Amino acid sequence: MSLEPQELAELKLNIGRDPTSTELQIVAAEWSEHCSYKSSKKHLKMLPMKGPLVIHEKGYDSGVLDVGNGYVVTAHIESHNHPSAVEPYGGAATGVGGVIRDILSAGTRPIAILNGLRFGNIETDKHARWLFKNAVTGIADYGNCLGVPTIGGEVEFDDCYHNYALVDVAAVGFGKKKNLIKNHATNGDLVVLLGGSTGRDGMGGSQFASDSLESEDRSAVQIPDPFIEKLIIEAILEARKQKLINAMKDLGGGGLSCAVSEIANTLEVGIEMDVDMVHTRESNMHPDEIMISESQERMLIITSKTKLKELQKICKKFRISCSVIGHVKSDNQMHVKKGKKTFANLPTDVIVNATLLDLPSKKPVYLKTIEKEKKLRPIFDYSKIMMNFLAAPNIASKIWVYGQYDHEVGIRTVIKPGHDASVLRLDNGKFLSVKIDGNPKQCYINPREGAIGCFEEACRNVVCTGAKPIGMLDHLQFGNPKDPEIFWTFLESLKGLTDFANHFKIPCIGGKVSLYNETPAGPIKPTPLIGVLGLIDKKPLIPQRISDGDCLVIVGDTKDEMGGSEYFEYIHKFIGGKCPSVNFVESKKNMKVVLKVIQSQLLKSVHDCSKGGLAVAISELCMTNQIGCRILLENVPGEKLDVDRILFSESHSRYLLTLDKKNLKKLETMLKKSKVSFKLIGKFRGKKIQFTKGTKSIIDLRVDIAQKTWLNSLKDLVLHG
Amino acid sequence: MKVGVVVFPGSNCDRDMYHVLTDVFNFDAQYYWHEKSLPKNIDAVILPGGFSYGDRLRAGVIAAHSPIIKDVQKMAEKGIPILGVCNGFQILVESGLLPGVLLKNESLNFMCKWTNLIVENNKTPFTNQFKLHAKIPIPIANGEGRYFVDDDTLKQLKKKNQIVFRYTQVVNGSSNRIAGVCNEEGNVVGMMPHPERAVESEINPVDNKPSSLIFESLLVKMGVTN
Repeated sequence: MSLEPQELAELKLNIGRDPTSTELQIVAAEWSEHCSYKSSKKHLKMLPMKGPLVIHEKGYDSGVLDVGNGYVVTAHIESHNHPSAVEPYGGAATGVGGVIRDILSAGTRPIAILNGLRFGNIETDKHARWLFKNAVTGIADYGNCLGVPTIGGEVEFDDCYHNYALVDVAAVGFGKKKNLIKNHATNGDLVVLLGGSTGRDGMGGSQFASDSLESEDRSAVQIPDPFIEKLIIEAILEARKQKLINAMKDLGGGGLSCAVSEIANTLEVGIEMDVDMVHTRESNMHPDEIMISESQERMLIITSKTKLKELQKICKKFRISCSVIGHVKSDNQMHVKKGKKTFANLPTDVIVNATLLDLPSKKPVYLKTIEKEKKLRPIFDYSKIMMNFLAAPNIASKIWVYGQYDHEVGIRTVIKPGHDASVLRLDNGKFLSVKIDGNPKQCYINPREGAIGCFEEACRNVVCTGAKPIGMLDHLQFGNPKDPEIFWTFLESLKGLTDFANHFKIPCIGGKVSLYNETPAGPIKPTPLIGVLGLIDKKPLIPQRISDGDCLVIVGDTKDEMGGSEYFEYIHKFIGGKCPSVNFVESKKNMKVVLKVIQSQLLKSVHDCSKGGLAVAISELCMTNQIGCRILLENVPGEKLDVDRILFSESHSRYLLTLDKKNLKKLETMLKKSKVSFKLIGKFRGKKIQFTKGTKSIIDLRVDIAQKTWLNSLKDLVLHG
Repeated sequence: MKVGVVVFPGSNCDRDMYHVLTDVFNFDAQYYWHEKSLPKNIDAVILPGGFSYGDRLRAGVIAAHSPIIKDVQKMAEKGIPILGVCNGFQILVESGLLPGVLLKNESLNFMCKWTNLIVENNKTPFTNQFKLHAKIPIPIANGEGRYFVDDDTLKQLKKKNQIVFRYTQVVNGSSNRIAGVCNEEGNVVGMMPHPERAVESEINPVDNKPSSLIFESLLVKMGVTN
């Protein structure tokens, strides 16, 4: 893997000579898609990044939000798709490690991890099952060891990920605003590499991640060591407390090449370094290898000469290695030496500024006919269908996954995984609600509406806990951008997200683009993943137990939007139809009123209605509360629809409100006043989930039997096939 | 009333324990790094959970050789209350202060879930405020949490009243559903579940009062309250 011919020509032109081999390696790493965002950068600027709570500082790898009372929350999202597809345990684990260090580099303590996992069809494909199982263990072993709770996420299976894996990890940090690292450097400051040793793992990982997955290049996958990461976290937070860090950067994609050149360029200084000073895992490593190794658990710190002793003392306490590898100069050059011999000497702005591309785009041909529905086979027994559905990998409870993650450590987790969004308590008496959502099935059918849908769904989830969305993270995952049809889907998704962010005034505080997600079988479906952070000033809505006689009210219309639904794809094996679209006005109105009624404390719980539609959302309420419910489908607001559409449409902006009967009048008055579409659709009682239309019984299931299937089917599938 | 919280490289529940001790129960708590020694005037010692040395070789086995363990052993002999939670329990077992071993869970997976305990011995410094057979809703989070002893040792444990907590149901396949034990004298207690995660109502979805009694028992033992 190296530079494209025209890139090489540009480099030569820029520096006026032939580059050395080390220079070529450095530039190839930094100009890779993974590090330079060369295909996407021009367009990413459209996303709104500013907001009243957003704090912008030089050189942060994570977004920073001011949550009041002198505290900040940091957040970032990353993926480790290529490595995880080859070596799921190490790939997923090091994905966690990388994003945690992004949080740490702002000087904040990581307090939560979320992950989004996507694999092929685990019902039929043993390899997908193996990838899934090991990615989960990798995340568990890493996060659990760090003592950072994994508080939520999502898991999805789709044929488009056959022989592949998407492993997305988001992390949240928390700290005092005054303790944020204010990155700065002056002439003569020392450049220190701290943490794990540099070895021959993760060689050229960023270039590996910038191409289609064709070879199983295991040497490009990094080896995880959560114990060292934990020691680094504690050592760095102690060093920060003693104000020993002038500037800091995590070593991620591109290793030392990217970390050194980027920090120097951001701080407008030069850095001269000696590869002989880098502590290595093996002897005889060539300077090129040292510069591009992506060995994990390493941090780059710039400190003053006078502070070095104290920093070394801390490293000694935690027994982590720290090497002074160079010093800061005023010449804006990245100068790499081995002893006295120069191996690279380049202007930092040349290294970090890859020529941005303006790739052509073209609406994919398949979209012309995708919305057309085929005639479905008639369903006679919805109860039977529903039981199959509850066992479907995408619908079944993910308790087998989150039960392996320590989601309690740190004692902040107020709302635990298994609900809509997870909620953490903060030290200032406020609460942070976090959720990530993706929906490749809908994004495939309509990249714009699908992406907006993911964004709205994540917002809905935090709203269900009583939180107001304050920031968004986006992770845009697509195939080869040089295919104009794929690039079109990327642009459409991005435009959709931008429109929603602008309309709802939710700034994008961080993100990531992952392209070239392809296998020889083809590209993945467009998979934007959206994380939303919400803030609760007073009290979150912690779901209370539903009891006999409680009411079920739905807010929002159910529409004929079956495209990309689990029902179409899992039950009918049909990809197509019109996918749900978000009406911004309706969405905003519903969000606002739900937050208002939560504040008025009329409700027992609010549940989001999404994957699997109304039928699944209500069943989930029944199963988690072990109580029956009778639902009158004719009462469900929206246009007049056939039974299967009411049950399984995945229309957005819908919320299920549960409440004590005595609060019903008050609730109805509030909802009426705000002019949202709503209706009382059911009552909780007994031990059966019963959907009826008129006098006709549509679904009739015993809660205990349904619950058993829903809770156990994923585990059974993974363990026993 | 001084409580020492021992911190090993890789401990990760030390801060949670410290918060509960100081902010919830008003103990005078201090962290002690594993290479330091414990002061003579300390009144109780807690070994918190985590992954000391990354659980390498076997959970707790390396930390059991930390310099501070010699002091913990001395304190144990003096009858000072010592509590090991999760990895702290594993360390106490590995250092020989408590009988038995902790094996990989029957599921072979890390397990994080809420369980129920039954108090089987209410004479220890950490259980003296419980009624015998009281129930405690409390979370576990471990990979190597399956307590195991052979049949003879189990008989001895029963005879000497060394079983402190049992799960109400089979959770991880531990011998006799044991979740926590004590030494013969009763002053050294180890438990796999995390009481520090259960004493605040905000994060306890069931009932925070029972697990609070673990810390209140210590307060009573130390003569702070009656």
